[in-house]
Amino acid sequence: MQLLFTLCGLAAVGFVLLITVYLVISGIPAIQKIGLFNFLFGETWAASQDQYGILPLILTSVYGTAGAVVIGVPIGFFTAVFLAKVAPKKVANVIRPAISLLAGIPSVVYGLVGMCVLVPALRDWLQLPAGDSLLAAIIVLAVMILPSIISLSETALEAVPKEYEEASLALGATKLETYFRICAPAAKSGIAAAVVLGIGRAIGEAMAIMMVAGNVANMPSLTRSVRFLTTGISIELNYSQDGSLQRQALFSIGLVLFLFIMMINAFLNLILKREKER
Amino acid sequence: MKKIFSLMLAAVMATSMLGGCSENQKGGTVNTDGSTSMADVMGALTEAFKEKEPDITVNYSGTGSGSGISGVLDGTCDIGLSSRELKDEEIAQGAVAHIVALDGVAVVVNPNNAVSDLTLEQIADIFTGKISNWSQLGGADAPIAIYGREDGSGTRSAFEEIVGVEGACVYTNEYGSTGDVIGNVASNENAIGYASLSAVSDKVSAVKVGGVAPSESTVKDGSYTIQRPFVMVTKEGTALSEAAQAFLDFAMSAEAEEYIIAAGAVCPN
Repeated sequence: MQLLFTLCGLAAVGFVLLITVYLVISGIPAIQKIGLFNFLFGETWAASQDQYGILPLILTSVYGTAGAVVIGVPIGFFTAVFLAKVAPKKVANVIRPAISLLAGIPSVVYGLVGMCVLVPALRDWLQLPAGDSLLAAIIVLAVMILPSIISLSETALEAVPKEYEEASLALGATKLETYFRICAPAAKSGIAAAVVLGIGRAIGEAMAIMMVAGNVANMPSLTRSVRFLTTGISIELNYSQDGSLQRQALFSIGLVLFLFIMMINAFLNLILKREKER
Repeated sequence: MKKIFSLMLAAVMATSMLGGCSENQKGGTVNTDGSTSMADVMGALTEAFKEKEPDITVNYSGTGSGSGISGVLDGTCDIGLSSRELKDEEIAQGAVAHIVALDGVAVVVNPNNAVSDLTLEQIADIFTGKISNWSQLGGADAPIAIYGREDGSGTRSAFEEIVGVEGACVYTNEYGSTGDVIGNVASNENAIGYASLSAVSDKVSAVKVGGVAPSESTVKDGSYTIQRPFVMVTKEGTALSEAAQAFLDFAMSAEAEEYIIAAGAVCPN
């Protein structure tokens, strides 16, 4: 019986190793041919002209994720405070399932709503030719990362011992002061974990932003069409020929994305470990 | 019971072998090499040909029109595939063109767009960003959104090649499929895009180019200019293998017409 469990555990590790090894093996050749510097810092991605620079893609992914965090984290954090501390029980019991539902919506549906509602709205509002833009992608990503930020932050806030709060109130602090100066700092590593998890989800998302970002490999600008690391792979995979430099370069993008996500995960583990040690 | 079953199985297998033998067969391999844009047409043709001549294997490798033509001239493949007309120097070296299909690329705009007729130069100017507002073309005062396909798409390379804007297009958005381009042009009044003629539906309107509306007949008679031939190239004086000749004959026959149309191209005959 123990053997079975061990095998199951090993299978999971095996898949991770398999994917890692595959990505490294298939991602390295193109980087060797293009040159690491040209690949990472080249400003033009145009397969037909043999130019494979992914700086626009990297910057777009970074800016897009950062933008989503800037919008999503404050909203998520305040919602968590509201749910954990302020909201009457009945109200919280309506909002909480709604948030879980938000987490369960498939990303293609986010993309669809973004494409049919958000993009035309941005087009009219900002007088853009098309409306597909980094801004649209940021808004969609911000909504997508809300559920994980809210639920993790709320759990962290609720884990703060009741005595802290009572002591603060007894010393004459107002309720708001107590929430933001006592509860939030006490829950900070949990909230940080929530933010990092949100970053991880945002940087790895492909489907939803492919439908609203426009997918031209421009240097990122809020109102122009942009291409993320993830969408860069998915949009060109179909027509790139097997074995061509273009196909190999797409795997290299995958490798870069993989490294990004590994770093984010390592960071998350660090935060969680520190919390445990305290 | 088991015995009867195995007997029946043997009988079925024997009859299927007979079926395979009944036609007079030609065996062999045909190596074709060239245009990536012809992948769909070649796919449809080889699949149909496989049913007709199951013993002939047709290999296709997409390397580009130029290398397909030089391949057949050097004798490294049986039939070269080109999605452009042969150049004079290629003909001088003995390349012979057999046009199997024509490919028309329609330039599409939103049905609410007042602009319905553009010249090739205007189209080039739009796609390179020199013209950026519809009012410059007699339309509404609105910015132009340029929709195209991703790098590597056959439609994109065909369009850019014929209009003469290779690598110079300033796209607003890029999409991964023809359907996406059509759908997004249909939902944005500012948009212009291109799509294979066969994919154009009434959700979008195809503009006239130099006064000629794209259709099967205008592509056929050559008056619609954004088109290119799909050519099978052989070498003069070099006899094709029996298998290669059979495939070429099939591709040029009236029988192949429905497969070529199904693959989204126009028949030249």
